[in-house]
Amino acid sequence: MGDVLILAELKGSGLEKPTFELITLAKQLAKELNGKALGIVLGKDPTEPAQELRRFGLDLVFKVQDPALESFIPEIWINALEQVLKELKPQVFLMAHSPMARDLLPRLAVRLNSISTMDCVELKVDPKDNRLLRKKPIYGGNAMAVLKCNTNPEIVSLRKNSYPMAQENGQLSELKDLSLNILKTTLTQVLETKKREVVELDKAEVIISGGRGVAEREDFAQLEQLASLFEKKGIKALVGCSRPIVDKGWMSSDRQVGLTGTMVAPSLYIAIGISGAIQHLVGMVRSKKIIAINTDTGCNMFKVADYGLSEDYKEILPLLIKKLEEML
Amino acid sequence: MKELKIIVCAKQIPDPEAPFSAVTVDTQKKIVSVDAPDVINPYDENALEAAIRLKETMGGFITVISVGASLSDTVLRKAIAAGADELILVEDPSFQDLDSTGTAYVLKKTIEKIGSFHLILTGRQAGDWDSGQVGLILAELLGLPCTSMAANLEIKNGHILVERVVPVGTELVKVPLPALVTVSNEVGELRYVSRSKILAMLKKRIPMKKLSAKDLGLETDKVSKLELVELQPPPDMRRQCAFIDGANLEEKAQKLAQIIKDSI
Repeated sequence: MGDVLILAELKGSGLEKPTFELITLAKQLAKELNGKALGIVLGKDPTEPAQELRRFGLDLVFKVQDPALESFIPEIWINALEQVLKELKPQVFLMAHSPMARDLLPRLAVRLNSISTMDCVELKVDPKDNRLLRKKPIYGGNAMAVLKCNTNPEIVSLRKNSYPMAQENGQLSELKDLSLNILKTTLTQVLETKKREVVELDKAEVIISGGRGVAEREDFAQLEQLASLFEKKGIKALVGCSRPIVDKGWMSSDRQVGLTGTMVAPSLYIAIGISGAIQHLVGMVRSKKIIAINTDTGCNMFKVADYGLSEDYKEILPLLIKKLEEML
Repeated sequence: MKELKIIVCAKQIPDPEAPFSAVTVDTQKKIVSVDAPDVINPYDENALEAAIRLKETMGGFITVISVGASLSDTVLRKAIAAGADELILVEDPSFQDLDSTGTAYVLKKTIEKIGSFHLILTGRQAGDWDSGQVGLILAELLGLPCTSMAANLEIKNGHILVERVVPVGTELVKVPLPALVTVSNEVGELRYVSRSKILAMLKKRIPMKKLSAKDLGLETDKVSKLELVELQPPPDMRRQCAFIDGANLEEKAQKLAQIIKDSI
């Protein structure tokens, strides 16, 4: 018998979307392991998200409430979750593969004498020994590794869009408050947080991305202009980029498409001057239509594109913008 | 503080920019082979760049440690050419299947052997398995305070101030030294090192130590906990690309505009 616990991350007074995928997976695994599917929320006052979490058919929902949990301070959260896992002793502990998971899980695993596997896309139970089979893309998605480990808890982060979202089941799970000894002092101190306007690339219907082949920072203005044509028609369009552009400091990382940026699947993806490093392709290959503009006909981007144009973007973009102004 | 001592952990991996046609998956032997030259993991190069900048502003000594089954000092000499002071290669055939925990454990043993330091830097993740765990596990194993995803670093009064990338923007974090920081690509690429400089390095004796599992007193069958049960080929990403042609740019732009119009 093994229980499966998920950590639900908060977004405002609600839950982050991948939580609902975790619920689907947790229920599935708990059934196979003959255990319970459990959920937990942590926060300054996570009452509302906890109420929401109760509506999706988990066996039990836990809530940890403490002012120190208002923001995410890894030292405090790792310590809190260490206590949670020692008390609830689930066989499996799941999180979405979020920035929070990346900070928490590796360190948490060490404290519990276990290990974590990050960014999995599928989890199954091996009927032979009831251990998890963890499928994870490696080499930028060029191979899939199936991994197994015999230490508990089995800690895994799940890649977004891997499982269907759970639906409300018309009943309310039981809710329990857990009280923990929350750390009062930490070695690391957050001095200041600078918020900036962050774009949500995964919400765009059209993405126009530029890569290393875009020679000048100023040239991105043309990509913006192209995007604005769609916006005028009420189609959500955003400018994205590949990693070298973020490395150069031309764009912030929320604009980066790829394995270490945002994974996107818009209706239309236009790649300009992007050669197609694997880590970029993994992030956009599920787009419905892909158009690539690049002077190098041999580049990888053309191998995953539906349409290709082998021309200098500097020459073609002004013409294209003019045509689209007339046609859209 | 006496001389600032920085350790940079650098993994040698097949070039992650290699085209996917260069990758073959042997499902029988459970081996991925990449027909591309090995490089220093680009994120570890970011960490090295951060280390060199700190050294430039306040002096210091940079040790680069690499762990692997078969390391090439030709690849890793680049670190010295760029500005590191010493290379430690920890090499053992049994390291072929090291998982993140195993790698962190070997690094811990190596670091304990070389003695004192103020700062350990690692890349945010490696471009082969993309797990992003080794740095954070190492911090736990050594009992060090740590922070991740650094975009900028500055040392002041025995602390390191780290500007880190978070989903809402950036966060400024103060961590007492000694500490471990994982570095993100926002730091910027490793400075350009000319090929001739690397080639010149090949002829010179460089400060380099080699260590084996035995030198570290490691029982190599006990360091990894993860078992590779199966290796599968990737789902096929390829599409049939229709190239747009035309008598002139005008005509090509017209066709492209039509395709875009039909796609939305």
